[in-house]
Amino acid sequence: MYRGDFALGTLMRFLPIVTQIFLWWAIFDTIGHGTRDSANIVGYSFSNMVAYYLLTMVSRAFSSMPGLASGIALQIRSGEIKKYLIQPIGMLEFLLLSRLAHKLAYYSVAVLPFLLVFSICRGYFVDGWPAWDLLAGYVAALLMSFLLGFFLEASIGLIGFWFLEVSSLLFIYMLFNFFLSGHMFPLDMLPAPWDRLVSMLPLKYLAYYPAAIFLGKVPREELIGELWIEAGWVVFFIVTARVAYRLGVRRYSGYGG
Amino acid sequence: MAQRRPSYLRVFLTFARNSLVRDTMFRTNFLLQCISSAGWTLMNVGFYLIVFQHTPLIGPESGWGKYEFFVFLATTWLINSLVQTFFMTNADDYSELIRTGNLDFVLLKPIDTQFLVSFQKMDWSSLSTFTAGVILLVVALWQLTTRPVHPLSISPWMVGLYLFYLCCGVAIFYSLMISLASTSIWLGRNQTLYDFWFYITNFARYPMEIYNRGWGVPLWGFFTFVVPVLVVVNVPARLLAQPLHPQRSLSWQLACFALLATIVSLLASRWVFQRALLSYRSASS
Repeated sequence: MYRGDFALGTLMRFLPIVTQIFLWWAIFDTIGHGTRDSANIVGYSFSNMVAYYLLTMVSRAFSSMPGLASGIALQIRSGEIKKYLIQPIGMLEFLLLSRLAHKLAYYSVAVLPFLLVFSICRGYFVDGWPAWDLLAGYVAALLMSFLLGFFLEASIGLIGFWFLEVSSLLFIYMLFNFFLSGHMFPLDMLPAPWDRLVSMLPLKYLAYYPAAIFLGKVPREELIGELWIEAGWVVFFIVTARVAYRLGVRRYSGYGG
Repeated sequence: MAQRRPSYLRVFLTFARNSLVRDTMFRTNFLLQCISSAGWTLMNVGFYLIVFQHTPLIGPESGWGKYEFFVFLATTWLINSLVQTFFMTNADDYSELIRTGNLDFVLLKPIDTQFLVSFQKMDWSSLSTFTAGVILLVVALWQLTTRPVHPLSISPWMVGLYLFYLCCGVAIFYSLMISLASTSIWLGRNQTLYDFWFYITNFARYPMEIYNRGWGVPLWGFFTFVVPVLVVVNVPARLLAQPLHPQRSLSWQLACFALLATIVSLLASRWVFQRALLSYRSASS
């Protein structure tokens, strides 16, 4: 019904990238003494940098879960969660499927503005498409980023069983997520020892990691190993969310009708 | 009965006091909001500290080195926090008043409608960003004035002009915001327009020189002369951080233009607001 609004809203989400492009353009001009193409920052050329920001938009399309954690916390607080206790369906499974359906529906429309922006900006992808093995790794990383994003946020929302108000906790998570997932800048730019510390966190798989694979910034020999680590984090958060839900339900008491 | 002109200052102070009372009623929430705003500013500084590890300047020969840029960043925070404190909640509520038809009650009050709509609530917690801006500004200016090579000297005139243009910046942002909010009379609901506000003001967060290349020139022209958001932060920040920039005459031309832009923006927003009100048809009986 609101397809136009959808498409316009999605196009607008690319607007901050425009300012990022000019910021980095100015920076690369400075480093390259007026010739931006000769400069590079931690292995990223100017084109790489722009391509990186565009690719993080794709990663975020998979991994961001707006309203998930706050929705779960709200359902716990309002008692709406009772319906999952009496219906033959698990809350996490139901939310996962509805999120999947929502993403499919949303991006079946939003794919058009995405294609438009990417085709306008195809000049920034100087190396073209990556080799098939990297592309397969990229798709795997994207799919896992969806699961990781879902179960990580669900785990945070389920804290609502213990603390009724999680909105401030969520804000802090969002802050860290924005900075440490690589949404703001390529994580390779972090100085030591922060780079090592951040590379051990799961947040990098939400935006940085798929983009880095696409741009060939992840060495081939490390690709499979890293994907396994990402899979490990997905399993970890699936287990965390399930355990939290089970413990939470045991603790939960609903009154009234 | 003689009609008395309402004291706008007293009404404003009452609004401010009421908002403060409401904000401090939920003290923990207020504190957490302050902390999260401060966290956001810290992340921003973190990002630019990383950027300046890789480059001495933003733009070749632009003069925007690390601490000059931090003056710019602090100015952005000061203006944004003032807009958020005074107007953001109100503009948000205005669309809601139109949608629900509660604007009827505002129209009945014996006071200017735009004043009432614009100042009814204040978000005091946004002032934590203001505090962060002041701290960053002081630190950056301290570094600039005490550096061994070309130390910056600040005159009272510069401070006065800086404060004046800070107010101009707030006025331009306010004009844009109230104009966008007014359009909800015609459009019903305008969530996308709000996003639009955030995205447009995003352009104001960087020195205007960065757009002066390639296909940025039309953007620079548009956001300077049509929707003048680029002068909002650039003019005060430049007056304070780069008074001796080689393009000094350009700075003064820009400063004069900013003054003109402020006046035109305020008048235009007043016109849009009143035109929109004429089309208001309430929502129910």
